[in-house]
Amino acid sequence: MNSILTRNRHLTQRIGYAIITVMAFATIIPIVAVVIYIFVKGWSAISADFLTTFPTNGMREGGIYPAIVGTVVLTLVASIFVVPLGIAAAIYLAEYARDTKLTRTIRIAIINLAGIPSVVYGLFGLGMFVLFFKFGTSILAASLTLAIMTLPVVISTSEEALRAVPQGFRTVSISLGGTRWQTISRIILKEALPGILTGVILGLERAAGETAPILFTGAVFFLPSLPQSIFDPTMALPYHLFVISTQVPEMPVNIQYGTALVLLAFVLTLNLIATVIRSRARAKRQW
Amino acid sequence: MDKITIENLSVQYADGTESLRGISLGIEENAITVLFGPAGGGKSTLLRCLNRLNDLTEVKAVSGRILIDGEDILDSRLDVIALRRKVGMVFARPVVLPMSIRENLTYGLKLAGEKRRVKLDEAVERSLKLAAIWEEVKDRLDTPAIALSGGQQQRICLARSLALQPEIILLDEPTSGLDPISTGKVEAALQELKKEYTIVLVPHSVQQAARTADYAAFFLQGELVEYGEGKPLFTNPKDKRTEEYIQGRFG
Repeated sequence: MNSILTRNRHLTQRIGYAIITVMAFATIIPIVAVVIYIFVKGWSAISADFLTTFPTNGMREGGIYPAIVGTVVLTLVASIFVVPLGIAAAIYLAEYARDTKLTRTIRIAIINLAGIPSVVYGLFGLGMFVLFFKFGTSILAASLTLAIMTLPVVISTSEEALRAVPQGFRTVSISLGGTRWQTISRIILKEALPGILTGVILGLERAAGETAPILFTGAVFFLPSLPQSIFDPTMALPYHLFVISTQVPEMPVNIQYGTALVLLAFVLTLNLIATVIRSRARAKRQW
Repeated sequence: MDKITIENLSVQYADGTESLRGISLGIEENAITVLFGPAGGGKSTLLRCLNRLNDLTEVKAVSGRILIDGEDILDSRLDVIALRRKVGMVFARPVVLPMSIRENLTYGLKLAGEKRRVKLDEAVERSLKLAAIWEEVKDRLDTPAIALSGGQQQRICLARSLALQPEIILLDEPTSGLDPISTGKVEAALQELKKEYTIVLVPHSVQQAARTADYAAFFLQGELVEYGEGKPLFTNPKDKRTEEYIQGRFG
């Protein structure tokens, strides 16, 4: 009797284990499938010319150079705004703010901001930066919109990274006559930096891939030359992909997938950088 | 002579618990004063008041006075940074900072603005010798401090406080995680150190209290039950509760 029960328990255990393993592998399949599918359908379009020349013949021929440059520039300009602002806010929340109703509310607000649909940010950017501040449809307006959209991600991951630094370091530093800021600048920030960088990169990665926020604020269909300043509009990879997939009749399929492949490669490269930073830091970490 | 005079000190935490009730106590210069008693008695709270580390926790009310060299350190106008350089602290768990042994030792001095290499090197050697760990680490000063054993790390922490040339050293169960050999080394170092410093120690056992105390104070639930010279207090306690605790009948 007893041994039968035991055997049944072992069986249940084994079935459960099998189900979880199968499901875990099942989640990997769509991700791998997307990458392979895009790669197979788009690889034939990739060439040096494709990456370095302007589109011609109503996008049906030529390259996507201005869209690549545009996406890189938009991401960089957005990071100029989001990095200092996001890190400062995270330092305030993690190191200075007392645990009050107000700070708890701010924290919840930040987490919820991350859930706002990107098209809403786009509309906000149009009203705020394009029209109210009169930046026009420009790199500046689009980058600011992307920065605001990215801010919650950067703040919450940076705050988490700061909180992960052991409390003991703070107590010791204070007990050795350190001020709060000395403690943060000499120990805490240095230890949290890899985590913060990871957060920033993950945020920017989302910014680089989004279409809706730049749709109304800075991205255009086609430009015959590169933008000359941040007050000019720009082409961008996600928007370009949207255009050539839906707006251009008789569009060669391999150019569509080639463009998707470049965008995917850009985002995955950022991801890879974040992963390398994290694993290197973990190996070097002294706590 | 009393280095520290505590007058009618009461501490109440924000959660309503009262941690110290009307403590009055004089702490002798160049001696080891041991604060002992069961957990929750207020020993650590008292220790943390002496360098105002309690400022970091949610303390609701502190009343009474703590005089160090005649100056009230609970005064709101006090330079807390200067106080913490004068009153060093070693914690129960050794926390070495995530940097080399040398950088651990010079951290406090650099915060205070000391940049001269010669001075820093002097301080490193002097304080490591005082903490009885110089011989073990002198050839690896620029390696990460985290690579040392627990016992070595704790002596690094002691040396790190000493590098600031404090006048008072507070130790909160500094040997609680250490093996008997490491514990012996720390205790021996303390016996040397008391010649120059005023030492306040919360021991991790009654035995350690009895071994190390020049003066001893027994705390029970926020009250100071008995205070006096170490030997007489442990061999012939006046209060019944002290006697019962020393004999291990509760705790």
